Amino acid sequence: MSLLETQSVHSGYGETEILHGVSLHVEPGEVVVIIGPNGAGKSTVMKTVFGLLRPTSGHVILDGEDISGLRPDKLVGRGMSYVPQTDNVFASLTIQENLEMGAFIRRDDYSAALQAVFERFPVLYERRRVRAGTLSGGERQMLAMGKALMLEPKLLLLDEPSAGLAPRLVEEIFVKVGQIAETGVGVLIIEQNAKQALKIAQRGYVMAMGEIRLEDAGATLLAHPDLASLYLGA
Amino acid sequence: MVHEALQLIVFGLISGAILALSGIGLSLTYGILKFANFAHGDMMTLGAFMALMVLSGLRAMGWHGAPLGPLSFGWPMLVSTVAAMVLTAVVAVVLDRILYRPLRTMGSAILLISSVGVAFGLRAVIQFIWSPQPQYYIRKIQISREMLGVRVKPDQIFILVLSAALVLALHLFLTRTRMGKAMRATADNMELARVTGIDTERVILWTWVIGAMLAAAAGVMIGIENKFITPLIGWEILIYIFAAVILGGIGSPYGAMAGGVIIGVSGELSTMVIPTEYKPVVAFVIMILMLLVKPTGLFGER
Repeated sequence: MSLLETQSVHSGYGETEILHGVSLHVEPGEVVVIIGPNGAGKSTVMKTVFGLLRPTSGHVILDGEDISGLRPDKLVGRGMSYVPQTDNVFASLTIQENLEMGAFIRRDDYSAALQAVFERFPVLYERRRVRAGTLSGGERQMLAMGKALMLEPKLLLLDEPSAGLAPRLVEEIFVKVGQIAETGVGVLIIEQNAKQALKIAQRGYVMAMGEIRLEDAGATLLAHPDLASLYLGA
Repeated sequence: MVHEALQLIVFGLISGAILALSGIGLSLTYGILKFANFAHGDMMTLGAFMALMVLSGLRAMGWHGAPLGPLSFGWPMLVSTVAAMVLTAVVAVVLDRILYRPLRTMGSAILLISSVGVAFGLRAVIQFIWSPQPQYYIRKIQISREMLGVRVKPDQIFILVLSAALVLALHLFLTRTRMGKAMRATADNMELARVTGIDTERVILWTWVIGAMLAAAAGVMIGIENKFITPLIGWEILIYIFAAVILGGIGSPYGAMAGGVIIGVSGELSTMVIPTEYKPVVAFVIMILMLLVKPTGLFGER
């Protein structure tokens, strides 16, 4: 049984259908990346999985349970964390407070999760009393991921984690993503920066026009001759 | 000269404390719900009259209570103040459920106009029940005392102490409690708060409760300071509260505190150099200067 499975999902905004039957899956401990040109429907997949959009038909299955159309605040409690592309930290709160907010729905003792996040991202520990608004782009992205990890999720959704980052930082972020997956978390990423993402991804999907056109191992997609010209812009 | 300034600063601090307390609620609702709540002044009035209602009830039951030390009032007034804060919070929550919540998706202009309607409605009800005539908590004149060269009434010291205590309590709530932090997070970015799993509807409820409680406390303080209350006390002060809140940076409770004190003190100090009737102008000149220098206000971020 897959951790996450979408079964021929149709979804969109109002009358406009963006996704025309998308089926994909993510296994525990696996990094899966969805790549494709602008307007391919990558963000719509993410929003539909996270309940920000309701599928018009098809199903979203998390851990064997149908979660189609459940609101984000319900999904968070079921082990799914989402990191938006922009505005993904509370700028006026300190780093420590941001992480505490990440654990808002937890009523148990989350100090172990906090400890784990600080160990994974030592820079966050050093600057824990600093307002998140003063962080650099890379630190902010780490905080956004750390905040999502406070729930100790089964599935982590990352929306363009490399957006606006310097190449060196992009690599650092993706290394961290790989390490997170090694602990058994399933990670679903949508990315424009396909090359870097495919390097760490076990599998990748190529989307265009609201459909999945290609599915293969990350390394295979990276070496795919047509793909380079079509979607990677290389 | 110095002596006179000191005296005016003390007076300014008292009106500043009332502005600060009422401004916090206005700023919190703006920060979370993104609309200027024109009914906030009338929530203060409501609080003042709720206290009067409870106080009259306690007296009718035979509890008059001896004055506490040098204060002009006793325990019944304090009990009434707390009761008024709770009752006003209940009214705020009910108003949110039946009126503001259904309109929340329609944008801030609709909410603003609705709050103007609520302001008129509340005032009409208060006027209907208690008449437009001034009402008194206590008909006893208190003599000012000389303290460190400044004339001040014990009741005024009470206002300062209670304001400081409430502001401190709010600060601890916002920085130390889970709900307080969630409130700041929601004010910062409501969309992110939702996807983080924060129950934003509960945050909104708390915002109304806290804003209304502080407004009620401020309304009672106006009654204690002026010795009487009318159905217009809140509406008349609302424009100064807006000036204080905008000066401090709308949306920031700390800005509202600072703005309230600045507007209160500068208004009083201005009477040393310009005629008293221009005191209201000073508040707005300061506000406009602030907006020209830093459009987001003292503590504003955006």
